[in-house]
Amino acid sequence: MANMVRRHTTSARLWRTGLYTLLIVAALVYLLPLVVMLLTSLKPLDDIRAGGLLSLPSTISFEAWSKAWGSACTGMRCNGMSGYFLNSIAIVVPAVAISSFVGALNGYVLTKWRFRGANLCFALLLFGCFVPFQVVLMPMARTLGWLGLASSTSGLVLVHVVYGIAFTTLFFRNYYVSIPDEMIAAAKLDGAGFWRIFWRILLPVSGPIITVTVIWQFTQIWNDFLFGVSFAGFDSQPVTVALNNMVNTSTGVKEYNVDMAAAMIAALPTLVVYVLAGKYFVRGLTAGSVKG
Amino acid sequence: MPSNVSAPASGERRHRRSLAGHIERVLPRLVIAPSLGVALFFVYGYMLWTFLLSLTNSRMLPQYDFVGFAQYARLFANERWHVAATNLVVFGGLFIVSCLVIGLLLAIFLDQRIRQEGTLRTIYLYPMALSLIVTGVVWRWLLNPGLGIQAMVRGWGFEDFTFNWLVDSDMAIYTLVIAAVWQASGFVMALFLAGLRSIDDSLFQAAALDGASLPRIYTRIVLPSLRPVVFSAVMILAHIAIKSFDLVMALTGGGPGYATDLPATFMYAHTFTRGQIGLGSASAIMMLCGVLAILVPYLYSELRGQRHG
Repeated sequence: MANMVRRHTTSARLWRTGLYTLLIVAALVYLLPLVVMLLTSLKPLDDIRAGGLLSLPSTISFEAWSKAWGSACTGMRCNGMSGYFLNSIAIVVPAVAISSFVGALNGYVLTKWRFRGANLCFALLLFGCFVPFQVVLMPMARTLGWLGLASSTSGLVLVHVVYGIAFTTLFFRNYYVSIPDEMIAAAKLDGAGFWRIFWRILLPVSGPIITVTVIWQFTQIWNDFLFGVSFAGFDSQPVTVALNNMVNTSTGVKEYNVDMAAAMIAALPTLVVYVLAGKYFVRGLTAGSVKG
Repeated sequence: MPSNVSAPASGERRHRRSLAGHIERVLPRLVIAPSLGVALFFVYGYMLWTFLLSLTNSRMLPQYDFVGFAQYARLFANERWHVAATNLVVFGGLFIVSCLVIGLLLAIFLDQRIRQEGTLRTIYLYPMALSLIVTGVVWRWLLNPGLGIQAMVRGWGFEDFTFNWLVDSDMAIYTLVIAAVWQASGFVMALFLAGLRSIDDSLFQAAALDGASLPRIYTRIVLPSLRPVVFSAVMILAHIAIKSFDLVMALTGGGPGYATDLPATFMYAHTFTRGQIGLGSASAIMMLCGVLAILVPYLYSELRGQRHG
């Protein structure tokens, strides 16, 4: 767009040069924190104390990474991030799987088996996307206590499933709306029932939306802090909570390189997903928010 | 079983198939019922529950001696709540405006047939994939006066350079804005870029043929047609601002003192660490009111827009 106004004059060339300069400077600004984080994590402490955020390390050392992974202190314990990283995985995998599956079923019912009140039903579910979670924290803490799930991984899985369903339902519903109803009607005439149509017709064409939903849920749950800090116990804390504790642990010498390595460890999974599947990530963001 | 979907056949056939047919008919509702139940209990029930708690003088543990709206009176008389609410207005306002301006400019610049557009877009957007805790930790490191940006610029020879907002209680709130804008502006860029790409090219060509200049085309044609995107973006960003909790916890911890408290951190501190569940619940309900105040007009305009095509 807007490029039919192309004049090969000096002013036009100047405008292009300015444009590229601006865009590249902006890109550098966006990259700066990541670069500093990586550089700091590879420096020995002496380099850091000598100053110079952007100076290159005198020797590249992975010591901070191994310490952050295995032996750095978060609060009282000194086992590094590894355990919490695994906690996060133990929370994310079931929570993503369950909430995505339930969302797919809901989307299927709401579009292909419409019943009286289906719209109201969708609207009621959708509000879950907007509710500020502060409103549910205290009642949820009580409920988890009664269920015997307080401070447990299962409790966190439950919480993430409950508040993820609104988004997953939204994604699948909006996707299934565009699948022609004639396909379903034909299958019904052939004698296919509710489940058969779902498994044989809907699911095989759901690849893109499953990717979008899984990536969205994975990012949301991996990056969650509020539920983790409110409901997790010592043995079930996710990686974000551990990172925050580690950075705020004030005993001994402050090891900035270890902090940054820990931050990288917490950030890597979602960052990798973003780099590998950026297209789907963006689609989830826009679908989850624009029409949310 | 085609008879399930067609009109009822003879009485005998209907009887024979009634059980299977009945199950088939209620199955969809049966499948969605658990989700609906979950929403009714965990969303609406909890909203009511928290509202009830806000009418009690619960402290360390919830209890149900109702005291009317006394907690709301306490809340509005609370100095720390005033700071938190004011901070939200300052933080939210600056955050939304900065994200919109930066996002729009980046989108317009990127929309000029830029080489490597995909790479640049990826770079602008990656912070959105990070946890706000990671963002907070990184910016806390960048902004710490001792070894961060201030020290680096001083190291370049500008001995008087001062950038210590993180430890200045009047300025600390702006560090939250910087980090949050860094995180979310690329996302707004992506929204605007999608909006720009959906504008009909012929509009452009017509305007260009009429001799309209580029800035004129943008202000007269492009910006007005991006209005729905601006609406959505404001709505999302406001929602992010009201819910902001992680970033404050990781970047400033609410400090210095409680200078960078937001309603979300206020609520958390009073409910879980200060043993003021009643007051914390009242603040949570106020946050809900804030979200509704944005959501209701937005949904109203969305629905009206749909009806009028």
